[in-house]
Amino acid sequence: MSSKAVSKLASALQNFGHRLIDQFWRLGSASRLFGYTLASSGESLRRPFLVIREIYFTGVLSLIIILVSAFFVGMVLALQGYNTLQKYGSSEAIGVLVALSLVRELGPVVTALLFAGRAGTAITAEIGLMKATEQLSAMEMMAVSPIARVIAPRFWGGVISMPLLASLFSMVGILGGYLVAVPLIGVDGGAFWSQMQASVDFREDVMNGFIKSCVFGVACTMIALFEGYDAPPTAEGVSRATTRTVVNSSLAVLGLDFVMTSFMIS
Amino acid sequence: MTDNIVEIDNLSFGYKGRLLHKGINMSFPRGKIVAIMGGSGSGKTTILRLIGGQLKPVKGEVRVGDKVVHEQGRNDLQKLRRKMGMLFQMGALFTDLSVYENVAFPMREHTSLPETMIRDLVMMKLNAVGLRGARDLMATELSGGMARRVALARAVALDPEIIMYDEPFAGLDPISMGVICNLIRNLNDALGATSLVVTHDVKEAFSFVDYVYFVADGVVAAEGTPAELRESTLPFVHQFVHGEVDGPVPFHYAAPDYRRDMLRGRDV
Repeated sequence: MSSKAVSKLASALQNFGHRLIDQFWRLGSASRLFGYTLASSGESLRRPFLVIREIYFTGVLSLIIILVSAFFVGMVLALQGYNTLQKYGSSEAIGVLVALSLVRELGPVVTALLFAGRAGTAITAEIGLMKATEQLSAMEMMAVSPIARVIAPRFWGGVISMPLLASLFSMVGILGGYLVAVPLIGVDGGAFWSQMQASVDFREDVMNGFIKSCVFGVACTMIALFEGYDAPPTAEGVSRATTRTVVNSSLAVLGLDFVMTSFMIS
Repeated sequence: MTDNIVEIDNLSFGYKGRLLHKGINMSFPRGKIVAIMGGSGSGKTTILRLIGGQLKPVKGEVRVGDKVVHEQGRNDLQKLRRKMGMLFQMGALFTDLSVYENVAFPMREHTSLPETMIRDLVMMKLNAVGLRGARDLMATELSGGMARRVALARAVALDPEIIMYDEPFAGLDPISMGVICNLIRNLNDALGATSLVVTHDVKEAFSFVDYVYFVADGVVAAEGTPAELRESTLPFVHQFVHGEVDGPVPFHYAAPDYRRDMLRGRDV
């Protein structure tokens, strides 16, 4: 092997090593921020106004996109489900299919993905710009901890909003499914609801979905907060951080979903 | 008993092995206005951040009162910072709050004063900077000069002992500059505070400060009263004070020979 090829290989390895170490550093910084956020939570939870304000910004303002998406997802589920179920002569089970798909999987997962795109990016951009315009430094110099005053309320706002949004997603999705299955296709309404009631278990299905959405709430909000807090204080830095929020949150949600589902099913 | 409220002793600071400051000594007497001057990138703002405890020195120490800043724990550092007010370069107002709420912010965070008293105090601070009438505007609706004045009202909200100004004149029109100069002097004297002004605007700074430190190449290159520095024969100070294009601080960034650079890759 020529010396040029060796030096190229060495520099590629070095590059890879740098990136790997960099990722570990970031993971460490994110964990530290998570720890500080939890430690500062008492201070911000004692001032519920701060958290309620964030629930409004992350939760209430995400309602429209979540509800409209839920409605369409429910309708599509009913259409697709009916198409397959009727081949086996069990089209009455359409209610069960729609409800279980939404409550167990689609509700928490799609809500988290939409949340990352709507609220997560807003959080990252806001904190990144607060950093770029020295607002966080100013707070620090006023002897006010930015983690307690800015990060922790947003964290709890996101964590509280996510399961509520996921529940609403499932509810509206089921309603969408009902509208397609019963009035439109003509499936028996009684069978739709009674089969759903008989087959959806509160602990196994509803609670597991709830747990998933809580975990996604922690993951998505923390990723958004960390990316904003860690962003280089420039226009390019904030824009990259916003992109990373969506990418990392989406991957984290899908990965965590697989892990949790495998534990919940076994 | 020393009468210096802030003392910087043999301070060195740098990033990633490159030293920005190489043994700086400064002292800031109580009640005075002291300017820290120097070219862009000479680490003036960093000195303010070291005093505020946002950065830790590599060597040496910064003392505020009788306390060494970087040796303070989290709670003690917070206590120390309550004695300080800082005006950031672009104001750093909270953009989601109104002018009134921005000035009330430190009071709400650190005191349990009733709302009526907070209102009175906010009005007094805003009146001092001439912006009582702008209290309901959002921070984003202010011009640069107004934002700087609101930030100044917020910096002095809790009557600090030390007020630090980071480039208070940058990007302001001449009228706003004059207003800010007067405010710095008046607030300092009215509050009995000590002011540290980081700037590179010679004309404005020399018109109202008591003492000046010049920072260059990581050390204090010169110091003295404005009158002394105006007469200084030190080449750097002379170039800086008179705004000469070339001198000890070269016009050109270090570069290879011009002729060779231009002819690179061509047959000569």
